[in-house]
Amino acid sequence: METIEGQKGDFQVSVKTRPRYIIEDKCTGCTTCMEYCPVEYPDAFNQGISTNKAVHVYFSQAIPLVAYIDDSCLYLSEKKCDICHGVCKTGAIDFRQTPTRTRINVGAVILSSGITPFDPSVKEEYGYSHYDNVVTSMDYERLLSSTGPYEGKVLRASDKQHPKNVAWIQCVGSRRVTEKDNSYCSGVCCTYTQKQLILTKEHDMDAQCTVFHNDIRSFGKDFERYFQRAEALPDTRFIRSYASIAGENPENKNIRVKYATSDEGVKEEEFDMVVLSVGLNPPRAYKEIAEKFGIDVNAHGFCDIDSSNPVQTSRPGIFVSGAFQGPTDIPESVFTASGAGSRTGEMLNFRRGKLSRERVYPEERDVSAEEPRIGVFVCHCGANISSVVNVPSTVEYAKTLPHVVYATEQIFSCATNSAKEITDLAVEKGLNRVVIAACSPRTLEPLFRDTLREAGLNQYYLDMANIREHCSWVHARQKEEATQKAQDIMRMSVARAAHLEPLKEFDLPVNKTALVVGGGIAGMTCALSIAAQGHEVELVEKSKDLGGMVRRIHSTLEGLDVQTYLDDLIASVYKNPRIHVSHEAEITDVAGYLGNFTTTVQTEGRTKTIKHGASVLAIGADMYKPAEYLYGENDAVFTHLEIGEQIAKGNEAVVNAQSLVMIQCVGSRNEEFNYCSRVCCGHAVKNALKLKEKNPDMRIYVLFRDMRTYGFKEDAYRKASELGVQFIRYTPEDPPEVEAVSENGSDMIRVTVTDPILGQRLELDADILSLAAAVRPPASIQEIAGLFKVTLSPDDFFKEAHVKLKPVEFAADGVFLCGTAHYPKHVPESINQAYGAAGRAITLLSHDTVVASGSVAKVDEYACVSCGACITACTYDAIEFHDTTKGKKAIVNPILCKGDGLCNAKCPTNAIVLKHFTNEALCGQIDAAVTAEDIMEQMDAVLEEA
Amino acid sequence: MRLIRVMCSGRVDLEFIFRAFANGEDGVFIGGCKLDECNYVTHGNYDALANTYMAKRILAHIGLNPDRLRIEFMSGADGNLLARYTDEFAKQIREMGPLGTSEGMDSEEVRFKLAAARNLVPFMRLAEREKLRVPVKSKQAYTRFFDSPDTDRLFDSLFSDKLAVSQILLLLAEKPLSTTEISRQLDLNPSDVSRHMITSSRHGMVMYDTASNCYSLARA
Repeated sequence: METIEGQKGDFQVSVKTRPRYIIEDKCTGCTTCMEYCPVEYPDAFNQGISTNKAVHVYFSQAIPLVAYIDDSCLYLSEKKCDICHGVCKTGAIDFRQTPTRTRINVGAVILSSGITPFDPSVKEEYGYSHYDNVVTSMDYERLLSSTGPYEGKVLRASDKQHPKNVAWIQCVGSRRVTEKDNSYCSGVCCTYTQKQLILTKEHDMDAQCTVFHNDIRSFGKDFERYFQRAEALPDTRFIRSYASIAGENPENKNIRVKYATSDEGVKEEEFDMVVLSVGLNPPRAYKEIAEKFGIDVNAHGFCDIDSSNPVQTSRPGIFVSGAFQGPTDIPESVFTASGAGSRTGEMLNFRRGKLSRERVYPEERDVSAEEPRIGVFVCHCGANISSVVNVPSTVEYAKTLPHVVYATEQIFSCATNSAKEITDLAVEKGLNRVVIAACSPRTLEPLFRDTLREAGLNQYYLDMANIREHCSWVHARQKEEATQKAQDIMRMSVARAAHLEPLKEFDLPVNKTALVVGGGIAGMTCALSIAAQGHEVELVEKSKDLGGMVRRIHSTLEGLDVQTYLDDLIASVYKNPRIHVSHEAEITDVAGYLGNFTTTVQTEGRTKTIKHGASVLAIGADMYKPAEYLYGENDAVFTHLEIGEQIAKGNEAVVNAQSLVMIQCVGSRNEEFNYCSRVCCGHAVKNALKLKEKNPDMRIYVLFRDMRTYGFKEDAYRKASELGVQFIRYTPEDPPEVEAVSENGSDMIRVTVTDPILGQRLELDADILSLAAAVRPPASIQEIAGLFKVTLSPDDFFKEAHVKLKPVEFAADGVFLCGTAHYPKHVPESINQAYGAAGRAITLLSHDTVVASGSVAKVDEYACVSCGACITACTYDAIEFHDTTKGKKAIVNPILCKGDGLCNAKCPTNAIVLKHFTNEALCGQIDAAVTAEDIMEQMDAVLEEA
Repeated sequence: MRLIRVMCSGRVDLEFIFRAFANGEDGVFIGGCKLDECNYVTHGNYDALANTYMAKRILAHIGLNPDRLRIEFMSGADGNLLARYTDEFAKQIREMGPLGTSEGMDSEEVRFKLAAARNLVPFMRLAEREKLRVPVKSKQAYTRFFDSPDTDRLFDSLFSDKLAVSQILLLLAEKPLSTTEISRQLDLNPSDVSRHMITSSRHGMVMYDTASNCYSLARA
């Protein structure tokens, strides 16, 4: 991006594109050029550990899957070599390309510039530049990967041996105020290290793994259990100690690590390999980004955001998603991306769909009564297939197969003129099924389906025989056998094609209204964003007033005045003509599915029936009422939430207390509630800072297990520490003891805890005790989950469709989630997720129809014995019983069916079948895999040997 | 190796596995996504794993080497893993030789035993649901369950008799036979055969002809 001019709604952006030296439209990703290219240079994708060619595809799943030519190319530097130009059959190499400039007119910009991993070579002490066997966690990530430098083998750089004894050093570049390091916590390293440890053990069960760490920050959903899983592995040590690289053993290049434990003092130990768990830096070019886009960045170089609207930058019309907001994990990156999308949608909704055009196909010919007439097209793929497989003989062979009426070869079946040829020939030869013997259906199946539609054929009459990835690419040296195999693959494909049936993809109308359940900060934010994009929203709240749990929070660590913000938010909701609020509401019934729900609500004495296309569940969380530490028995004992309220109210007993003790993890991280409540460490620090501000002499003690002030909250933790707040670590085996005592006529709370350094019992006399009471799933969650047919995680929070990649969707289509019912989270995080849920809901609601795939299950009612095996197999609730004249029979809702076919493999009578992957089609393929001649030949060979 | 595409490894039917062997394939390989990394929400690869365990036991029971069936889990980016597994598996199968040779069975017998197993597929599906479903979806839980001696006994009680009866019915479909002939042809204990004949006759599947002293299929 070179320049951006204009303003919100109307930006002129000038973009410079560096030349790829490849014509993208012509490159088929065949990789022939890579084979011939003589230049090897360090492969950036694999951290420079291994080499790659000057012309290559950046990584195996790159989109688009086309090559590019690096500056190390001999032609580019010395005009010497143009081998690739000669070998490319499609003429895709173009050395004449020059940088191009494009001017784009856009209404909004989303910055998703991500992070740069911390570079440990900036500091001598990390030893990264000096020692071969010190790697960063990014290096190690690639080493573990099957597409990595050694194809999934973890090897040391010094001797290419498997390390048997690996150590990780945490917080490299993070949580340090020294120069060149970052003061904040990068938030993701604890868990990625545990993942790497688990993977290391999977690679080599005998590997010794050691992690040197500070606090273990397992604050993400299900992370506590993940840590326990890593810790429980054999030969695994988690050692809480600062560790440093002491040097290298010159003989074996092992790395010496110096660390200290409370029992054994300072120690030195040797490891085969040391992984530096590097933190997250802002994007390398953050200064340039800030300047060019005219946005503010914070002191750390990340985007400066307002915690009430974290996807908004300081410049209107420019939004930010992902880790440029601050260090974040994958789920947050995903929902902030949807959130930024939704905010953009609010601005640009008036233009939605204006640039799209409808595709018109010829009318579909009904060929269901005809005998199969199969056409086979065998692709050369330039030389990719034809240099190994004998294509002409394969074509001749195709003509001998049953039902095949036409077969031909093509240089590139995917080229535009070839696709046209297929269309024309299908019409001319009266084909009713087409087999393309070429590459994987992964990339080109949609294109060829389209080709069939152009010929007036149902798109499900296509089958692709993969003779490239499955054959020519892997059998380059066995040409004869490869040709044989290509013919087998094609024969199997033809057998399958004969059984294919035309399938209808049908359009289901979408009701444009959204239902949002829960009128807390997440529900309201989500409702406003959906309404701003032109949809009616029914907002259902169980209590008399909007606001939810946030009513009890007065400020955030980032300094947001929560109550003022909340009042404004509530006012906006009531003022919005598209949002209809139901108070004191109880949902009694939910019927229907994606696009067409009908929900019945009891509200203020009447029954309301709501028809809606999408549902968002934002039902919040409850607070645990502690049964321990004298809570509810002694007036001096509060929860953190209550202390926050007392501070805001100015309760003198609290604000003027001489000493205050906080106990963390009350009701969290124990056997019964095996999760971290995530917000309490931040709340403790926030309250401590507020109290210190009002009463600097107050003695404050925070008794904690691991301080989990992740991200920029680390700075607040450090500030509290500097202001004299004492942080004392305790273990769950030796928890603090609390008693009410009366001395010299004054009542106090005496808290006894073991000092972890001195090992002695400390007695802390406190005027006030504040408990970090856990966040619990709301009481109604089971009932709501049952009504909307969604599932719960082990800790009874909502279970999202995919913990990383679909964090605001449920497995049930058309139902979305946000806020603390998903997992405890801070206010800005809830707002982010609320926008994310709005974004996903809009993706559904903005369409007039949803398209259901044709490849879904169906039931033959005559064969169905009503055993219910399919119903229990289906996690999508797509199958149910319905009454027929022959009794209860299973029936499939094609809208909900995802076409995995599990039910098909479970049905004892084969009554349920997955269309397009029917038993007949697959068995046809199985039977065609071996010809009778093959078996006879094999038997003869055995007899001869005997 | 010839590949057949399914949208989920859980779609790989027991019938497909036995059918491939009956067609004379020497090995069957199932490739699924990594466990716990389902693209759907169904985790159907666990169903594939359970089916594999079941099919391996049935193969062993009818005298075929269970190593001729293999399942591996990998992601779409693990092409080299697939190559490694394929090489290993192909080598292993080549060492075993064509189906039946390493087991000392001729192809006729192999096909007969597999036909008997295939006739039981509907029953296997029911049995899987009723008795062999592991409640917790974890590799450990599956391994623990399917490798335990209790499961051995359970399998025996579920399938031993059924497989014997299935073979007897296949024989009788050819022609009526006496108990002695059946026990000789299937190498079964005569008293077991009589027991099977009594149960099968009670279930109305076979008829006894006093004149010839032979059993025949009831519907024949």
